[in-house]
Amino acid sequence: MEFFGLYNYWVFAVLLMIGLYTVMSKANLIKKLIGMSIFQSAVFLLYITMDKVEGGTAPILKPGVDGQIYSNPLPQVLILTAIVVGVATLALGLAIVVRISESYGTIEEDEVREIDRE
Amino acid sequence: MVVLFGLFLLTLLVITALGIVNADNLFAAVMLMGIFSLQMAAIFFVLDAADVALTEAAVGAGVATMLLLGALALTKDKEKRRRRRRWPAIVIVTVTTLMMIYATFDMPRLGDPQAPVHQHVAPWYLSETPKVIDIPNVVTAILASFRGYDTLGEVFVIFTAGVGVMFILANGSGNGRRTMVPSADSTGLRHHLVPRVVGRLLVPFIVLFGLYVQFHGEYGPGGGFQAGALISAGLILYALVEGEKEALRAIPLSVLVGMIAFGAFLFGAVGVVGMLFGGNFLDYSVLLSNPVAGQHLGIMLVELGVGITVTGVLLTIFHTIAARRKDH
Repeated sequence: MEFFGLYNYWVFAVLLMIGLYTVMSKANLIKKLIGMSIFQSAVFLLYITMDKVEGGTAPILKPGVDGQIYSNPLPQVLILTAIVVGVATLALGLAIVVRISESYGTIEEDEVREIDRE
Repeated sequence: MVVLFGLFLLTLLVITALGIVNADNLFAAVMLMGIFSLQMAAIFFVLDAADVALTEAAVGAGVATMLLLGALALTKDKEKRRRRRRWPAIVIVTVTTLMMIYATFDMPRLGDPQAPVHQHVAPWYLSETPKVIDIPNVVTAILASFRGYDTLGEVFVIFTAGVGVMFILANGSGNGRRTMVPSADSTGLRHHLVPRVVGRLLVPFIVLFGLYVQFHGEYGPGGGFQAGALISAGLILYALVEGEKEALRAIPLSVLVGMIAFGAFLFGAVGVVGMLFGGNFLDYSVLLSNPVAGQHLGIMLVELGVGITVTGVLLTIFHTIAARRKDH
């Protein structure tokens, strides 16, 4: 089990790069936004991985209980707000894509560039 | 056992992500994205982050999927297959992945109590919260009080994003489409038996649970962000079942826009009132004669502001996207 102590970080690295690959190699703008969401989720995973303490539990204190280990609440606060901000910015990106689709009739990046060049 | 469960979920997460990248059909990609978020929420729960898991389940699997589907309905749901040079991207990504995995060998292993992240302010928060604020949920205490500045900033970001979506989509695109009013054919799923019955049964309970999460957030997992996401998910379900027109009759758009501004205003106003009482900005201890009671009052008001803004923004975004019609 010692060997798997870093497994979360490896999954973080792989997910981050899957997201980056999607943003770099796909021409479809909605697919790019989905890739960005995966990238973002990977960062969330990194932070939440760091909050775990062995034998700990969620940081909701119970009076009268001594010696209970609690996981680190700080990364949770940061990511909690980041998730909601993430969906708000995703919506902003989608709104721009919808407008691009209405103006150009396509959401493929290279076709948009072709139309711009003409 | 928990470790094995975590490993299984993480592996599943990578497989789902690969599926998302490979899917040509964007509809399938969006659905997989919802599953991805749900798996992510389960992993957060395994890692002791109950609040974050609640948020991810409501926002990622619920609202984000809804918004992506709304955008797909306005664009195209098929991605064009094309021959592109993919090798540079694959090489860059593989090399970076290997370098990052190599770097992880310097990271503390999962759950190590000696990790640097657990040494600095975290123990202070855990030991001081019962004395200074005296609410059980330390996450809420940090979110609303200790790091209130951060949260205020996040609320303004959400506020800005909501206003931005309205600016981009709501003002028509020059061909006479005033789009804040839904067209007459938006009857929702009223003619389908199963969604109608199930939706009507579920909506009150989702909204009720959202309110519970809002006002019980000091004592259990919950708070304004989660409650806002849950309530707007419930009301979006209502709009889907009954049609947008009916939903806008229940809560008009002007009310939603007012909610966006009022929530952010309430948060900031609590901070300013603290200053008028002689404390620092966002210092709730001075609000009442008893500092701990003042903290309770401040946190409740601030969380209420967060909940109102988040609900308003998410619902406004939904209605703005849903009201836009695709022209053929």
